[in-house]
Order: sequence, then structure tokens, then C-alpha cells
Amino acid sequence: MAAPKPRVKVPKKASKGEVITLKTLISHPMESGQRKDKQGNIIPRQIINKFSCEYNGQLVFSCEMDPAVSANPYLEFSAKVEESGSFKFTWVDDDGSVYTEEKELTVE
Amino acid sequence: MTLTRREALGLTAGAAAFLTLGSKVAFAAAAETEEAIKAFAGGSMPGTGKITLDAPEIAENGNTVPVAVSVESPMTADNFVESVMILAEGNPNPAVATFHFTAMSGEAAAKTRIRLAKTQNVIAVAKMSDGSTFMDKKEVKVTIGGCGG
Repeated sequence: MAAPKPRVKVPKKASKGEVITLKTLISHPMESGQRKDKQGNIIPRQIINKFSCEYNGQLVFSCEMDPAVSANPYLEFSAKVEESGSFKFTWVDDDGSVYTEEKELTVE
Repeated sequence: MTLTRREALGLTAGAAAFLTLGSKVAFAAAAETEEAIKAFAGGSMPGTGKITLDAPEIAENGNTVPVAVSVESPMTADNFVESVMILAEGNPNPAVATFHFTAMSGEAAAKTRIRLAKTQNVIAVAKMSDGSTFMDKKEVKVTIGGCGG
């Protein structure tokens, strides 16, 4: 498996108090643990099971995922911003790996 | 092909057994879903309203079905939507995802893409900060299931 690559879409600028839309995607097979290989053995489950988004250290949105979330999990949600700062996005893998991404936002 | 009486009886019995078994499995999944909803909602079935679940009527590919939820709420520090749980009744495991919102979310809305094994109901349940719960249900027809062989 290629290393999961997070991709995040955050506007560069926003006005104070605006509710902005954030779009995130991470490349990940989200192996459900239901499929079998050619020999009939079950392919072990490996998914991203948790996601969270923080703004200046404060939790904005988080999510727990089950195997029924599609491969390359996509999430779209919103945040209300009052001041400039940075978003931190965190994905947690079943195997314990943590993938993070950060984005700056300027509030005018 | 002509059937003897014996073969015909055997086939009928087999089909009947298959049907009963099939409906039992479906019933178990529905019961499991109901249990999950009750556990999430704190014991009772949630009412309708406030929450809107948006999913396509027909999904050609069950591997990626876009779904969107939104909940009416002022999203202030003392009145906001705590979490939204998404369930798929006909999947091997009904749990799909649980979103947690905060007052900083601005609005309680999220979109994602999910897997659906077959034609079934997708359910979204919202829990407010005051403990009240609401749900919405949508039937999605799936042409190709998304669980692999």
C-alpha cells in the first residue's frame, strides 16, 4: 500500500464569523475485512477509524468511521472562524499510524 | 426438463427453507439497526424532523454512494448538535460513521461517501446538546453491491 496521502481544501481567506466549508480526502484502501482473496482467506480489516479537525487547538469536527465508509474517505464539513489561525487535520489508521495535515487561514 | 413429483416437492421445500432463512437474516439486521439507534439515542426511538439525510434514489455503484446530512440548529455554545450517526440497515454491519460537531462547526452538516451492500434504507440519527434526538431515513436502490466477493 502506498503511503496514504491527505488532501485538504480550505479557503485562503474568510471574513470574521463566516462559516466556511472544508473538504478532506485521504488516499486509503479502507479494507473492510469482509473481502476474501483468491485462496478464500479473509483480507484483514484496515481502515481509517478516526478523523478530527482542530482550529487553533480547538476541536471543530470529529468523526468515527466504520468499514462501510468508501475507499479514499472523503469528508466535507464546515467551521465558523472568528480569527486567523491554522487548521489541523488528523486521521488515525487501524494499525496505529497517524496522518496529519495543516492549513493556514487568514481572517479579515 | 420434466420434474418428477419427488423432485418438485424437494425443490419447493428447499425454496421455502431458503426464503425463511433469508428473511431471518434481514430481520436480524433490522433489529441490530434498531438496537444501535436506541443505544445512541439513549433508550427510545428518535422522532422525525430537524435532520435531513440526502442520498441518491438509485446508486449504480454501491462502493461509493454520496450521502449528506444536515441538522437545523443555531449551533451556539449551549444549543448545538452533538453528533450524527449514519447507519445502513442492509450492510453486514449496520454502523457506517458517527460525526461529532461542536459550536465551532458553525453548522451541523457533513458529507461523505459510503458503501452499500444492496438496496436498503440508510438512516441518520442526530443527538442535540439537550439530549433530544431526531432521525431521517432514505431508501437507496443499489445496482452493484459494494462489499466485494
